[in-house]
Amino acid sequence: MKLKGRAHCFGGDVNTDYIISGKYKFKTLDMKELASHVMEDLDPDFAKKVQPGDFVVAGRNFGCGSSREQAPLALLNAGVGAVLAASFARIFYRNAINTGLPVVECDTAGISAGDELLADMEGGVLRNLTRGTETPIKPLPPFMLKVLGDGGLAAHFRKYGTFNID
Amino acid sequence: MGKTIAEKILSRKSGQDARANDLVVADLDFRMGQDGTSPLAIRAFEEMRGKRVFDPQRAALVIDHSAPSPLEGVSALHHLMRSFAKEQGMIMYDIGDGVCHQLVPEKGHVGPGSLVIGADSHTCTYGALNAFATGVGSTDLAAALISGKMWFKVPESLRFVCRGRLPAGVYSKDLILFLIGQVTADGATYMAAEYTGEAIGALSVDARFTIANMAIEMGAKAGLMEADDKVLAWVREHRAPSGRGNFEVVSPDPEAAYARVLEYDVSGLEPQVAKPHRVDNVASIGEVAGTAIQQAVLGTCTNGRLEDLRIAAGILKGRRVHPEVRFIVAPASRRIYLEAMDEGIIQDLVRSGAAVVTPGCGPCVGTHNGVPADGENVISTANRNFKGRMGNSKAFIYLASPATVAASALAGAIADPREYLK
Ligand code: SF4
Repeated sequence: MKLKGRAHCFGGDVNTDYIISGKYKFKTLDMKELASHVMEDLDPDFAKKVQPGDFVVAGRNFGCGSSREQAPLALLNAGVGAVLAASFARIFYRNAINTGLPVVECDTAGISAGDELLADMEGGVLRNLTRGTETPIKPLPPFMLKVLGDGGLAAHFRKYGTFNID
Repeated sequence: MGKTIAEKILSRKSGQDARANDLVVADLDFRMGQDGTSPLAIRAFEEMRGKRVFDPQRAALVIDHSAPSPLEGVSALHHLMRSFAKEQGMIMYDIGDGVCHQLVPEKGHVGPGSLVIGADSHTCTYGALNAFATGVGSTDLAAALISGKMWFKVPESLRFVCRGRLPAGVYSKDLILFLIGQVTADGATYMAAEYTGEAIGALSVDARFTIANMAIEMGAKAGLMEADDKVLAWVREHRAPSGRGNFEVVSPDPEAAYARVLEYDVSGLEPQVAKPHRVDNVASIGEVAGTAIQQAVLGTCTNGRLEDLRIAAGILKGRRVHPEVRFIVAPASRRIYLEAMDEGIIQDLVRSGAAVVTPGCGPCVGTHNGVPADGENVISTANRNFKGRMGNSKAFIYLASPATVAASALAGAIADPREYLK
């Protein structure tokens, strides 16, 4: 899997309340509606600015806080192509894979807003096309890569009827 | 080589020799979803072409986050949950029953050695009963409902050894806030936290739940404790009517391998407060005392238990809450509400000026029951103080123990509870 996108930069500890506030998520299952509020407490214009395939780039502990799957779903529905972070909170990480949102764990310190990035998931490398630099990506466990390749856990279950680890 | 509690439970439930970093598929003892996560799980269940919930009496849906419903949209989602639970024969806890993390242990669904997932991040609470319990998202819940199983990456463990005794006026909430401040909000990411030492042993089970509950605030997957006589007595008292629950106590091996072992002597600990907008932004009471507050909240899955209400009432009895403070109380469950009435605790709190709301999450997550105004300061016994957490990103949330919240409600400003306990 190779993904190309433009960077939108955020800091560390971006929690799920910032990704999509609890006050919206209880109201509806309409993900387009939720997507219009994605990241609004950090950047009120983000939902308007983001183009299909763009990357969210952040520091450590991205997605900490609640288990709301509306967080990766709102990002996906806003058009975000992948989230790159120095580290992820574990429930968000699982939820992202389960819903088919690629997550890339790597050193994000040198990335600036607007940079063109190419993430090679199998090759384990992130190329910054704007700056001509390369950073290694922490590899996903093979099972997670498989789920992501299937398009998420629902698709994985449709295919196998259960968890297909091997 | 020895094993940690997490490795032992995941070995037993997967039938494999599970070690840290292994990937296992394991049998679950219980599955839970709440009203913020279940509607999406039901949708994922359908997308997976699920037909029946596996062993539906070992799965519960709980309406606690926005209960009773404040909005039409929420009512529709609640309706979806009720119909699904009924159709599938699942356990349903509805408005007024309480907050999910009180109900799952209280109703006897979990005990020593259990493996539980819940579609809520604070599912780690049940670790106080020696259970491996962890929060997942809606799609994982759907997969677990269909299969009765879940895949896990076996976590490494971080062991906290808490020596000494907590001094008067200092509680388990202060201890866990202190530990989170020490290791930070991602200090235990991907790991299981194990808490031990005489300071933990001296705590009631109610008080231990508070510590296990907040394991997620240091990034941990589970917050585990050993099962001593207090835990066994608690579990006996809260047995499920169905008699389910073949629990088996799990102790870590002395030679188990830990990622880190951290030791603290807690006998000099002071009341702790987490300042806005991070749970690991922790200060001793002296640093924040005097900060004016407009709202005080007693409740949530962290501190809405009988002991918490009792401690607060002990401070508030016969006194009046400060005229400029709104004091909101949410008992963690119907049972606790009734017990607190039998003891006269609710009466004392109401006379002191409390607004008691439905057992459940109360104002914790900003859907109803007390959204603060712009610029207001709130002191709460909850577990998160993120910006916007209570429904207004321009408010400021401080987290503290029930005693500190009660003292602050009286003072109209953050106050040291030890001054009120004399
Ligand atoms: S009380 Fe708060 S933290 Fe606990 S389950 Fe409810 S919303 Fe979540």
